[in-house]
Amino acid sequence: MNTLPQTVVRPEFEASDLDAANHGDVARRLTAYERLSNMDSVRKFSILILFIAAWEIYTRASGVSHFLLPKFSDTAVALFQAIWSEQLLIMVWNSITILVTGYAIGLAIAAVLTTAAITTRFGSDLLSTLTAMLNPLPAIALLPLALLWFGLGSESIVFTLLHSVIWPVALNAHTGFMSVSETQRMVGRNYGLRGMTYVVKLLIPAAFPSILMGLKIGWAFAWRTLIAAELVFGGSISDTAETQSGGLGWFVFSNQMDMQIPHVFAGLFTVILVGIFVENVIFTNIEIKTVRRWGMQTS
Amino acid sequence: MGQDVQAAADNSSAAAAVEPILDVDGVTLQYKTKEHLITATYRVGFKVYPADRFVLLGPSGCGKSTLLKGVAGYMTPVEGAMRLKGREIHEPGPDRVMVFQEFDQLLPWKTVKQNITFALMNGGKCSTQKDADELAMEYIKKVKLDRFEDTYPHMLSGGMKQRVAIARGMAMEPDILLMDEPFAALDALTRLQMQEELLQLWEDTHFTVLFVTHSIEEALIVGSRILVLSPHPGQVKAELNAHHLNHSNVGDKEFSELQSKIHNMLFADRILEDELAAAEGAAQS
Repeated sequence: MNTLPQTVVRPEFEASDLDAANHGDVARRLTAYERLSNMDSVRKFSILILFIAAWEIYTRASGVSHFLLPKFSDTAVALFQAIWSEQLLIMVWNSITILVTGYAIGLAIAAVLTTAAITTRFGSDLLSTLTAMLNPLPAIALLPLALLWFGLGSESIVFTLLHSVIWPVALNAHTGFMSVSETQRMVGRNYGLRGMTYVVKLLIPAAFPSILMGLKIGWAFAWRTLIAAELVFGGSISDTAETQSGGLGWFVFSNQMDMQIPHVFAGLFTVILVGIFVENVIFTNIEIKTVRRWGMQTS
Repeated sequence: MGQDVQAAADNSSAAAAVEPILDVDGVTLQYKTKEHLITATYRVGFKVYPADRFVLLGPSGCGKSTLLKGVAGYMTPVEGAMRLKGREIHEPGPDRVMVFQEFDQLLPWKTVKQNITFALMNGGKCSTQKDADELAMEYIKKVKLDRFEDTYPHMLSGGMKQRVAIARGMAMEPDILLMDEPFAALDALTRLQMQEELLQLWEDTHFTVLFVTHSIEEALIVGSRILVLSPHPGQVKAELNAHHLNHSNVGDKEFSELQSKIHNMLFADRILEDELAAAEGAAQS
């Protein structure tokens, strides 16, 4: 009387020959639709088209005042007008020039801080304390101070940009360096890497995913800060002698003053486009060529 | 025990004629955790001769990996000395190349070939990129990875990654190759294959290797001489010959006897402790 299930002993067999003809294609190409819908850009672009269509249909059907929400078609026309006859591209260029200046100086300062943090204990404490204190402070809140110290002009905006770039970049780079695996450090020293060659040839590439993340966050913060600064103080700052036309934020601000609402939307649209371009073209390409290719980050 | 080992070394006339490559002399290694100062090995001594496949064998906690890190130059002994070809070891260097257990020892941002040329160029083995490329390809072929030379490590299987690491180590043609449980993270079938391939590679050039493992079977197959270490702290228990054993001997009488001999050495203490505990338990009840 044993109620446990018993092993069923069956005869053994070995396959005498494997039939190659019957199992079909080992790798079959997907259909065109499947391949198309597997492309990220195609899927995301269709969402954009849907959104624009909904916008156009809603504004036409509801008869909402064009001061509140202009039609997409009017916005598009305003955008082309601004580009052809109102120097929008020059304004974008002005904004980007200031941004790049602030970004570059910010990176240099972040590099110094990070170097101090990985080489000395004091540097490490300094960085974590400064980051804890200053990272939660919105950069735009520093603008009144900046105006006091540097006066009206692009210096004030650059100063606030520094604040929005330094902390995320330094913090991420530091985290990246700290999390380089002990094995990789030992490998580097085994093959005679020392001092700066050790940092350049081993630590920086090993920490690159984190560093790149810091660069991306720093860029996004800086772009938002720049536009906000130009919006709030744009009139006084951007309208300086050397840049008569001002920046992108100033374009939005001044058109709102003139009740050119389609132009306001066109300006915002440009802010978004530049953001998407940097994020999805520049940074994504860097990612594809580096960390994704190396398998250090999955898409 | 130390005297026995010394006597055994002296008795061997062959050993007397050849200078040892690596001389580890009464080495005590300590490291700090957050709360403790751990003595990993206590006055461990052994000599590695050219063409040795010298195995450090012991259970976890016997300090075998720490010992290897000491030889590699990542740790300085608090007592005793380690000499490579007569020169004392102070820091890591390309004359002692380490192959690790972890797969991330390959630099993920470099291809298979670049991982090897990187070592050759920075380690001072090759001065031109062309030389480095040629030497790298030679060793890539030796570990049967041609066609994969331009692949990034994340595309390779675990066994392939370890082969690249071994190729990188061997291409440096170091005085001694240090291997820290290089096959421990592999599946059993791949491990068997890698052990065989390592022995074949050794047949080619008779390089000197110091190999750490906790597997008695692996020690007998791979090693020509085995240093058995006891745990907490690591001390030398025995030094045994296994040069006559390889895969084809697995299951033989001699292989099994040596296997159980080492097994008893490693676990004798534990059995004694268990018996003592049992006896105490009996006395109390």
